[in-house]
Amino acid sequence: MAEPATDLTLDSASLLAAEEHEIAIVGRSPWYLAWRRLRRNWVALASLGVFILIVVACALAPVYAKHLAHTGPNTVHAGETVLVSGKPREVVGGGSHYDPKTNTFIVAAPVYLGPTWWHAHGRFVLGTDNLGRDVAVRLLYGGRNSLKVGIGSALICTLVAVLLALIAGYNGGWIDWVVTRFFDLIWAFPVFLLAIALSTALAINGFHHFGISIEPGSLWIPTLVISYVLIPYIGRPLRGQILSLREKEFIESAIGAGAGPLRVMFSDVLPNIASTVLVFFTLIIATNILTEAGLSFLGAGVRLPDPSWGNMIASGQDQIQTAPWLALIPGIAIVLTVLSLNLFGDGLRDALDPRAKVRIER
Amino acid sequence: MLAFVVRRLIGMVAVLFAVSLLVFIVFIEIPGGDPAERMAGKNPTPENIQNIREKWGFDKPFYVQYVRMMEKAGTGLLPGTHGEYDILRSFDTRQDVVAEIKKGIPATFSLRIGAGIIWLVFGILVGVISAVKAGRWSDRAITILALIGISMPVFWLGIVLRYFFAETRTWFPDGGYVPLSQDPVQWMYHLILPWFCLAVLFIGFYGRVLRSNMLDTMNEDYVRTARSKGLPPGRVLGRHVLRNSLIPIVSLFGLDFAAVLGGGAILTETVFDLKGVGWYAAQSVGGLDLPPIMGVTIYATFFIVLFSVFVDLIYAYLDPRIRPT
Repeated sequence: MAEPATDLTLDSASLLAAEEHEIAIVGRSPWYLAWRRLRRNWVALASLGVFILIVVACALAPVYAKHLAHTGPNTVHAGETVLVSGKPREVVGGGSHYDPKTNTFIVAAPVYLGPTWWHAHGRFVLGTDNLGRDVAVRLLYGGRNSLKVGIGSALICTLVAVLLALIAGYNGGWIDWVVTRFFDLIWAFPVFLLAIALSTALAINGFHHFGISIEPGSLWIPTLVISYVLIPYIGRPLRGQILSLREKEFIESAIGAGAGPLRVMFSDVLPNIASTVLVFFTLIIATNILTEAGLSFLGAGVRLPDPSWGNMIASGQDQIQTAPWLALIPGIAIVLTVLSLNLFGDGLRDALDPRAKVRIER
Repeated sequence: MLAFVVRRLIGMVAVLFAVSLLVFIVFIEIPGGDPAERMAGKNPTPENIQNIREKWGFDKPFYVQYVRMMEKAGTGLLPGTHGEYDILRSFDTRQDVVAEIKKGIPATFSLRIGAGIIWLVFGILVGVISAVKAGRWSDRAITILALIGISMPVFWLGIVLRYFFAETRTWFPDGGYVPLSQDPVQWMYHLILPWFCLAVLFIGFYGRVLRSNMLDTMNEDYVRTARSKGLPPGRVLGRHVLRNSLIPIVSLFGLDFAAVLGGGAILTETVFDLKGVGWYAAQSVGGLDLPPIMGVTIYATFFIVLFSVFVDLIYAYLDPRIRPT
């Protein structure tokens, strides 16, 4: 600009106007605008970073276990010694033992090796549990299971809910009635109790109906149970949104132009609810990780000896007096993961549609 | 209004029927196999299995078993002594499920009511403060704290609270429940940690919901009218903004108060050894003992359905805009 903008002479005004015309008005997609808003929200971006970091760390669990910790998630090291800062330490020390000199049993509480941080060169970084297993390795493998169940059930749940909401909201009539009653029925149950009930029932013989066969210990059980019980939490608000979209002119014109129901549903309705679905998806992963943790804590989720953050807390609870890290560390992992997802989901909602009332109610 | 009430009540009965049927399918049909074989223990004789099958009615068709189960649950509610096979019994311990649930009700209600009061009061406080200070640092700090509260697994928070406040320091008793009728002071003393543990999640959640409701309400025309006619800000906030923003909170509270039995309360009771209804259900998970879980599920669902009718009625009373004509 030739002159400062504050100096509003006739010339500068016309200059400004001329310049304004020169700037090409670019059509920006809503996704680009949302990204521009999200870019400025450093809390949301940092949270996304933390979540990705956690996912990558858990994905690399086998590498860590093999090359740094030199053990597996279920390998028992009780009775072994490990060099911590050059000194030999028992992995699980103490405990009752027989003393031949006095011919008596000496009863003592077992002492578990606490977090060694890096003093044992990558072994037992976060200490050991009551069987002498490496907690850091179990934490990463447990994270894998928790994230698999959390993300997997979020995918299934969102997919089914979107399909049901599309079918119900678009067709209306008796189809809508049936789908809504189905939502109402699951909605009437306490989510967590229904999940416990289903998981327990499935834990007996697995699931062998309709040509599907799932074994009792499978990760699919918590995944499917959690996705099933949370379907109405996404499906109901989406259906409402689709019902109001259905009345809009562009849907009418699409139908008028000869588009079939599938085409209208997927290329006209779906793009309009995509931002809501994306926010729901982020937030439901957080909810599902918490639900999985609760189920596994009660013994109705991921089954021992396979680790998950929830069942690690459950087994750590018994040793909280002697080895508090066993219950504290997996809990911190859950809080970090869920918090990062909630913060990112919040930012995403603000960026995509600040006025949208998208939240997962429980 | 009367037609509305009647319609809601009929709907309630229909939902309860559907729920009981679904529960039955989940517990009898999904596991498959023969429950009698599981119950007979190790190395059973065929006569033994056949005996159990007949006594418990596992050989009957689907619908007969369903009606029998409902009968058993109903009979258990009646006073007096009942025969061995007339009531719903645990497969594992053979205890009367309905009687065990009844035994757990005082502890469960003590937990729920106390926690409910705490989360409502603190949730409203948090919501009002963050809405009034919207955008300032105190609002941001509260928002982050609320999100941390929402992101914590309730059982982990319970374990942490118990470890730091009842085990390393003995400020509070280490779990357990003392009946109110026995010693009111001890009752409260034992429940303080569980109350706060269960309430934390909801405080954050309610605070956030109320905050956004209040911010929406502040932009309403009637609030501008109230301001422009010269009412003091406190009065506008209390009488006009807060009152209208609280209506959705009332309905949320009713539903959460009913639903918490099937959610956070199970975990809180388990962590703090409160022998309530949720604790009873959680104890049965390990033994894959279905009747107690089935009983508690029906009991908890009954509450949710009942409360959702209450909430609808209260909502209609509070907000004339949605009152049916």
